[in-house]
Amino acid sequence: MSLNIATVAFYVIAIVLVGSSLAVVMLRNIVHAALFLAVVFGAAAGVYVLLNAEFIAIVQVLIYAGAVTILVLFAIMLTQNAMSRTSSPFSGQAWLAAIISVALAAGLIFTVGSSQMALASPNASANLANAINGGGTVARIGQLLYSPFDYSYVLPFEIASVVLLVAIIGAIVIGREE
Amino acid sequence: MSDLAWFLVGALVKSIIAIVALLTAFAYMTLIERRVIARFQRRVGPNRAGPFGVFQPVADALKMAFKEEILPTRASRLVFLIAPAISVVVALTAFAVVPLGGPTAWGNSSIARAWAPYVADLNVGVLYIFAIASLAVYGIVLAGWSSGNHYSLLGALRSAAQMVSYEVSITLAIAGVLMFAGTLNMVGIVQAQAHQGIWFILAQPLGFLLYGIAAVAEVNRAPFDLPEAEQELVAGYLTEFSGLRWSLFQMAEYINMITASSVVVTLFFGGWTLGSLDGVFGLPFIWYFIKVAVFLFIFIWLRATLPRIRYDQLMRFGWQVLLPLSVLNALVTAAVVAYGLPWWVSGAIGLAILLIVAGAFYATARRSQPKAKRGAGQVMAAPTSVRLVADAPLPRSVDESQTTSVSASAGVK
Repeated sequence: MSLNIATVAFYVIAIVLVGSSLAVVMLRNIVHAALFLAVVFGAAAGVYVLLNAEFIAIVQVLIYAGAVTILVLFAIMLTQNAMSRTSSPFSGQAWLAAIISVALAAGLIFTVGSSQMALASPNASANLANAINGGGTVARIGQLLYSPFDYSYVLPFEIASVVLLVAIIGAIVIGREE
Repeated sequence: MSDLAWFLVGALVKSIIAIVALLTAFAYMTLIERRVIARFQRRVGPNRAGPFGVFQPVADALKMAFKEEILPTRASRLVFLIAPAISVVVALTAFAVVPLGGPTAWGNSSIARAWAPYVADLNVGVLYIFAIASLAVYGIVLAGWSSGNHYSLLGALRSAAQMVSYEVSITLAIAGVLMFAGTLNMVGIVQAQAHQGIWFILAQPLGFLLYGIAAVAEVNRAPFDLPEAEQELVAGYLTEFSGLRWSLFQMAEYINMITASSVVVTLFFGGWTLGSLDGVFGLPFIWYFIKVAVFLFIFIWLRATLPRIRYDQLMRFGWQVLLPLSVLNALVTAAVVAYGLPWWVSGAIGLAILLIVAGAFYATARRSQPKAKRGAGQVMAAPTSVRLVADAPLPRSVDESQTTSVSASAGVK
């Protein structure tokens, strides 16, 4: 149990995740920072795979790495002079940001450590996920999100969809030239 | 050996076989493409190296290997070096879940599963392919950005916009197949077709066409090869690349073509299944390769036949035609599946929608053409993006047929 392949994989992914997250905020070259953001999303997908949440992992890659980061890159390349590449990551608020980050990290560690929902290891949570899903993650997610018969999250889901739709239409209206 | 060890050995060996096979297929696809396009254009094509030019890929590879690899002074060095590698790695990775055959007939032991003819059997196989394919845009965007050249950057931005736009339609277009199959697993989709006794193209003719068009756009092939439109952008993101790094981009393009063709065959044409002949050794493979080869030929055929479309046409087509039709197809299929109607209902509705849309396209083309001629007199009917200094008032409407006639009649006055 102590050092099986899932645990090793988890630590490798965790190191990549933390390292590239630091790179995102520290690098002077904003395009490189955006690229490391893509690596962060990929590593997060790896964590989901280890938790047997294949569907979430794939969607993470599809949406965050494949679309959101590309749009970020797109915006960077279109707005600033893309050929001049450096910018300073540290502004005068670095100290404030550091304090807030440490407080947030402490809060998260405390919550995870003391929560009754916490599990001992990634393996335990993967096993739990397996037991709940019975293997078919996608079908189970579909039932939980849309099912009109069982307990499901149809209403919150639909409200979220309407909010997104409003945001999309708003963006089009604002962006539209008269 | 343990299950895990068998799995790792099997995955490793199968990955190596798949990579070698894909790279060989790439080399010969370049030859076949040049020969076929030559036939289309009443030329001979490369036929000097060996019989029918079979050694041409070797000659090309040697030539590429000995070409100087130029690193532009304004290039962002590291990104410039890894961009082609990202393209190829992504293209190869996407192929992992493509099933070349069914599960082996030796039972369900870990050994049998380790040697089944696909590298991985994911529960979310279809989504995996699209997720990995959505990363392909990184290779192009980074190549364009790191070249330190405005044409390259513009080509890269175009391609990012194009691929992100068509990704939406591509995923919606296959939603119908997934509803009929009831699974996202590639092997499961093929087995669902064998089980229901149909190829899903019969139930999803509209979905097939939408997927086919969007797939051509996703792999940046003609008529959607705008990222490398040479009249406008030199060679787009490829401009600064030379030698082996240039050929890596070509490699990625052809491997993406092969993967797209394999997905079409798996989703719409029953994959490897042959009915009662499934058990004959090697026959399902050959059947599968024939189907994939047909679609690769269609890729070449399209390139030889269709002119490249304009950028505004590309965006309008993607968002105003492809996306609404994909949503419509998904809705119709959902209704058919939800009410338990037979498959031919969705097939018939899909065909009807196809006919209506084709009729509408034909009618618009007919309507705009004679009008332009009649109103034009001596003035040539030009597309909306082309404006002569003479016809000063800018056309205000976006609609193609109206604006052409407006600007043309303005020219007469």
